[in-house]
Amino acid sequence: MSPSKLTNNRGAADSSQPTSPLMAYLVNHAQVFFSSLGKLYRAPLSNLMTVAVIGIALAFPMGLYVLLQNLQAVSGGWNGATQISLFTKMNVDDERAAELGQELRQLPEIESLHVLSRQEAMSEFQALSGFGEALDVLEKNPLPAVLIIHPTAANSEPVQVALLVEKLQSYKEIDIAQLDMQWVERLFTMMEIAERGIIVIAILLALAVLLTVGNTIRLDIQSRRDEIVIVKLIGATNAFIRRPFLYTGFWYGCLGGLIAWIMISLSLSVLSGPVQRLAGLYGSDFSLSSMDFVSGLSLLFISIFLGLVGSWLAVGRHLNEIEPS
Amino acid sequence: MIRFQNLFKRYPGGHDALSDVCFDLGDGEMGFLTGHSGAGKSTLLKIISLIERPTRGQALLNNVNLAKVSKRRIPSMRRQIGIIFQDHQLLFDRTVFDNVALPLVIAGYRHQEIGRRVRAALDKVGLLDKEKLNPVTLSGGEQQRVGIARAVVNKPPLLLADEPTGNLDPELSWDIMQLFENFHQVGVTVLIASHDIELIKRMDHRILTLNKGRLFEQSSWELD
Repeated sequence: MSPSKLTNNRGAADSSQPTSPLMAYLVNHAQVFFSSLGKLYRAPLSNLMTVAVIGIALAFPMGLYVLLQNLQAVSGGWNGATQISLFTKMNVDDERAAELGQELRQLPEIESLHVLSRQEAMSEFQALSGFGEALDVLEKNPLPAVLIIHPTAANSEPVQVALLVEKLQSYKEIDIAQLDMQWVERLFTMMEIAERGIIVIAILLALAVLLTVGNTIRLDIQSRRDEIVIVKLIGATNAFIRRPFLYTGFWYGCLGGLIAWIMISLSLSVLSGPVQRLAGLYGSDFSLSSMDFVSGLSLLFISIFLGLVGSWLAVGRHLNEIEPS
Repeated sequence: MIRFQNLFKRYPGGHDALSDVCFDLGDGEMGFLTGHSGAGKSTLLKIISLIERPTRGQALLNNVNLAKVSKRRIPSMRRQIGIIFQDHQLLFDRTVFDNVALPLVIAGYRHQEIGRRVRAALDKVGLLDKEKLNPVTLSGGEQQRVGIARAVVNKPPLLLADEPTGNLDPELSWDIMQLFENFHQVGVTVLIASHDIELIKRMDHRILTLNKGRLFEQSSWELD
């Protein structure tokens, strides 16, 4: 802002001016703060449309971001939980599997080990897969015993863990040593891509908000051209003339941000029921968490910032063109 | 108050609006600026109100060289001038009161002080009972008086009027001139551009005549 803003209320011809310049400045700000809101209220339909456009443009990336956060929260527990599953060969019985378990526990690389006997594997599969009755038809248990291994933290790094897998694979009882890490890694990579994508969308839509506010303010300035000329002739500073337009931009941003907040909250509450049911089907008690207060406030601040910058651009570009002639 | 020294104003395109204009208007003086349309009256007022800048020569307002006033200082300079326009330049989206209050709002007066001063100004122009109306509902003469109230409400030391009676009948014009006379009598410097020679003759004040951009001082009996 130009320094003239500070001298806005000084220099009137009449020296008996009763208020201090600072006081007058603040009073004017307060007046414009409310009067610009009143102006929006007096043209509700067109302003509501502008505000709604801003709200939707902001709600879209922010909503995606909240969903992603949820996904990260649900998968966060898996990060670092490197797990190796050893499937025994079919000729290895539960007894031998338990012995092998004892043997492997001695290895320094292994933090903990859990043996899932063939019978346990069968019961678990019956419980979770939904194929329980179909399995009853089988005469023999088709499932091998499984040894579930958690390596120590030092051996959870990709290189060490690969060595460990190789070592375990070499036991003659072991059919497959499977590292249950890869899909987690893939998920995290996908989420990283999604995050980047959301950032790109957010930047594009923020630009759209900027242009929407800028254009609306530009039209407003043009329709009030005569008024601007008159107040310039009466001795209004540029800062004084600029102020109502900047506050209008502020209100657009503020109200647009609130609408975005409401839309996100509503959308999440619509989604939360089905999501909870879906999670229930996977045996999880996960529930969709809505946007927290801090994120909501940041959304509001970003929105206000965009509103201010948009109006600032319009005002800076178009106000100086209007001079009395 | 106002001093022009060898002032020239040439518009882009080469039209000379003012040529070698010299005159003085002392503090508290009242003067008329006459001449045919296109003689340069408006240009002269525009230079005083910092809408136009002189091409050559000096224009001083309260000993401030108007050619050297920076853009940032224009607003504070304009607040020392009450400007009255032929077409009033009122804002029709607000009441008479709010129109008159505008210079005080710009200057940052306190709410109560604004109310007091606006009513005093409206009282002076005889429109105290119309403060809540929209100026669009007023007659031409009343609108002009609202314009005058707005120009004097922050008590500027100088009043400039550009054809203030241009659209009014003789009787209303006389009333408006009496208003200016009243302000002159309390010490305000007044400069009125007008081509209403009959009216000017009846007022006994200095007469500055512009002819093709050149300024002459005349006495009222010299006017034709």
